[in-house]
Formats: sequence, structure tokens, C-alpha cells
Amino acid sequence: MIEINNVSKWYGEFQVLTDCTTKVQKGEVVVVCGPSGSGKSTLIKCVNGLEPFQAGTITVEGTSVGDPKTNLPKLRSKVGMVFQNFELFPHLSITENLCLAQEKVLGRGHEESMEKGLKLLDRVGLKAQAQKFPGQLSGGQQQRVAIARALAMDPIAMLFDEPTSALDPEMVNEVLDVMVQLAKEGMTMMCVTHEMGFARKVANRVIFMDRGAIVEDAAKEDFFGQPRSERAQTFLSKILHH
Amino acid sequence: MTSLHLDWGILFEESPTGDGPYWQLLLTGLKWTLATAMSGWLIAVAVGAVVGVIRTVPSRWLSLLGDAYVEVFRNIPFLVQLFFWFFVLPELLPEAAGSWMKQSMPRPEFFTAAVGLGLFTAARVAEQVKSGIQSLPRGQRNAGLAMGLTLTQTYRYVILPMAFRIVIPPLTSEFMNTFKNSAVALAIGLTELTFQMKQMVEYSNQVIITILATTVLYMVLAMAVNRLMAWIEHKSRVPGLIAGGGK
Repeated sequence: MIEINNVSKWYGEFQVLTDCTTKVQKGEVVVVCGPSGSGKSTLIKCVNGLEPFQAGTITVEGTSVGDPKTNLPKLRSKVGMVFQNFELFPHLSITENLCLAQEKVLGRGHEESMEKGLKLLDRVGLKAQAQKFPGQLSGGQQQRVAIARALAMDPIAMLFDEPTSALDPEMVNEVLDVMVQLAKEGMTMMCVTHEMGFARKVANRVIFMDRGAIVEDAAKEDFFGQPRSERAQTFLSKILHH
Repeated sequence: MTSLHLDWGILFEESPTGDGPYWQLLLTGLKWTLATAMSGWLIAVAVGAVVGVIRTVPSRWLSLLGDAYVEVFRNIPFLVQLFFWFFVLPELLPEAAGSWMKQSMPRPEFFTAAVGLGLFTAARVAEQVKSGIQSLPRGQRNAGLAMGLTLTQTYRYVILPMAFRIVIPPLTSEFMNTFKNSAVALAIGLTELTFQMKQMVEYSNQVIITILATTVLYMVLAMAVNRLMAWIEHKSRVPGLIAGGGK
């Protein structure tokens, strides 16, 4: 469903992505990990064209992301994205956050959007908060709303960019639970995360990145069993021993 | 030393200008100050919002255009700008348009002052709008785009509603400045409040009373603007956020 072929990206002289190639099949959950500054977030933002790239191709269900003729808003409306800092719109209530893109992008009526939004809000366990504003919710609650907001668009795949990194420790699990449930329902997911417990539980494959390159791209069992690269072994030993 | 003797009765004496009593002379000035500042402000907000926005979009050409606007209008004294619009522009325009401006345009001092003030203040509004937009986390724009909103929709529904809330306090001073700056228009003959004040001083010789009365009128205007903006700030307050006039 998502195919990334030989993607390279530069900020001026500095190369942030080097020749990245991988793919995500329909229904697959792929976890992208690696030390900070390794280009994981940049790579995932290339998938829906939030970051431009200078070489290589990315296709989502056959549509080329880098092609200037591609209708990017249309493509993005089919790919949900969840951000590290939630990025709910603070001036809109929770229901308005859930309805905005359904109405303005998909052209759904207000009642239909509301119904859909409230159903998803219920699913992430926050129906009681519908009338509140983002600033009145905890970080974990905000991130669950953000997931519901992305799901309201009926996406064919979901991108997660470090969804739990900005959360207080006690709120990490409520967000991971929603993500695990989503994975079990067969959602195609690409997740940048350091949550190895999540990876062990639901990932099909794990990609390890370092200095802008994909160093390792392996089935979960192989990755946790015997990572081939020394860099990945060091990384794992550092984050698993704490 | 002579003791200060103020004769407030002068305000009710007939002025030799044919405008009625002196208080009415000042009131006419107040009316023109109000009209000029309000129309100037509307132009400033409309033009300033556009210029501020194009300075933040990912188009080099547009942001250069916006930067150029701000540089030009912010770097030249307002008085010089007014003289340019009033005396120079008609000479630069094609014959027909130029002579229309000089001979048939209704209330040329007023329209020149309002538009000139608007364009001058727009540069300052644009600067505020730009910094308001840039003060928002970059992720907000990404979040809007990632849901499939176009860049225009992202500005309309996501970025601008927050950016404008953030810049209400600095915009309040700009709004108050339009009233104060409108006094410059006396130089092209607009009979606004400061112009009328000068007239009254000349005819009545009551310098102190005239200036005191004018001061009071300007202060009332400024306080009204201030209250209006505080009310808008309160009404647009976002629940759960400290910024934007919280409790």
C-alpha cells in the first residue's frame, strides 16, 4: 500500500535521508525506531507529502506523492496522521475538531460528521468530553481525540509520529491501548515510536534507522531475536535495559 | 504671577467660522477624526491581513512582495506618504484620472487621508499578523494539511483564528494609533479634531481651554477603542488556554 523507493532528502547541503527503501502492505503494522535525529519523523512526513524529498519515489495506493500533478490534499485525506504534540485546534471544541475536515474536505453534512465523530469519541473512551476544548483535556486525552479525529476521515492507513513521546508516563498506556486495538482491527499503520512493548505486541515489521538511512528492516521476531546490525543492537540494549 | 483663569463659557460662544458655537466646531472635528480613523482601520486590517499572510506562505515571490510592502510603508514618514497621495499621485496618473482626482473627486482630503492612513497602518498590522502566525506551533499547519485541508483552508480554519487572538493586544495599540495619526491629515486640509483645535485657538485666543477640551476628546476616543478591543478579546477567549484574556 505504501511503497518508499530510494528516497533521499537534503536540507541545503545536509543530507537527512539517504536512499531509503521499504514498503508497508495492507493491514501491516510497521514500527520505525532509531536514535533521535536519525530521520524517522522526516521519513514518515514524506509519506503524506508534509516534507518534500529530492530523490526517489513514494507511492500510496499507486499515487505518487512526489509528483507535482498529484492532488496532495486528496491523498492526505485518505492517510490519517497523529503527531507528537497532538495538534488539536485549540480554538475549536472537541466535536468541532472532529467535524472540521469531514465537512470541509469530504463534504459530509454536519449531522453525519457529528454522528461519526461522537461514535469514534466513544470508541476512544471520551464521549463525556465532547463539549470541552482541547486545553481542558490531559495530554493522553488530547492524543486519543487526535486519533479519533484522524479516524473520522475513514483513512486507508495511519501514520503515527512519536504519538507518546510528549506524554506523561502514566498516560502512555491509554494511548497505546487505542493503537493496539486499531492494529488488531487490521488498520495499516506506520508508527515512529520508541515503545518497544507496543512493537513486540502488534508490529509485523520493525525498521531501524540511523543517520538518515534504513539500517535494518526485519520481521519483528528477527529484529528482537537477533538484530543484524551492531548499531541496532547497541540501540536496543540501551532502551531495553531501563 | 497671574492666577490661571479658565473661562469654559467660551465653548458656547459663536465661532466666526460659521460652524456654530465652538463646541460644535470641535465636534465636527471629532466626527472627521472618527470617520478617518475608522475607515483607515478597516482598510488597514483588510490589507494588513493579506500582506501578513502572504509573508508566511511557502512562495518566495509572494513573501518578497509582502516584505517589500512593509518596508516601503513602514520606512517613510506618514506625513510624506500623505503628501505623496495628495500632491504627487494625481500627476503620475494618466491625464483623465489625475484631473478627476484634482477636480471632481468628492471630499479629496478625507478619502486621501483614510486610504493613506489605512495603507500606512496596514504595514504595521501585517507585521503583527505575521508574528502571530509564526508564534503558532508549526505542527498546527501540518495537522491541517495532513487532514486534507488545502493551504487556504488551513489558514482560514486553523491558523488565522488563533493568530488573530494572539495579536489582539498589539492590534489594540495600532487601532489607537490610527486615531492619533489621523491628526497628521490636517496638513492636507482635513478638518479633523486637531485642525479644528488650531482654528479655535486662532479665533478664540483661549489656548488652554481649547487644548484641554481637545485632549479630553482624544482620551475619550482612545478609551472607547481600548474597551472595545478588551471586549473582543474577552469574547474570543479560548476555554482552557491562558493566553487571550484568561481570568
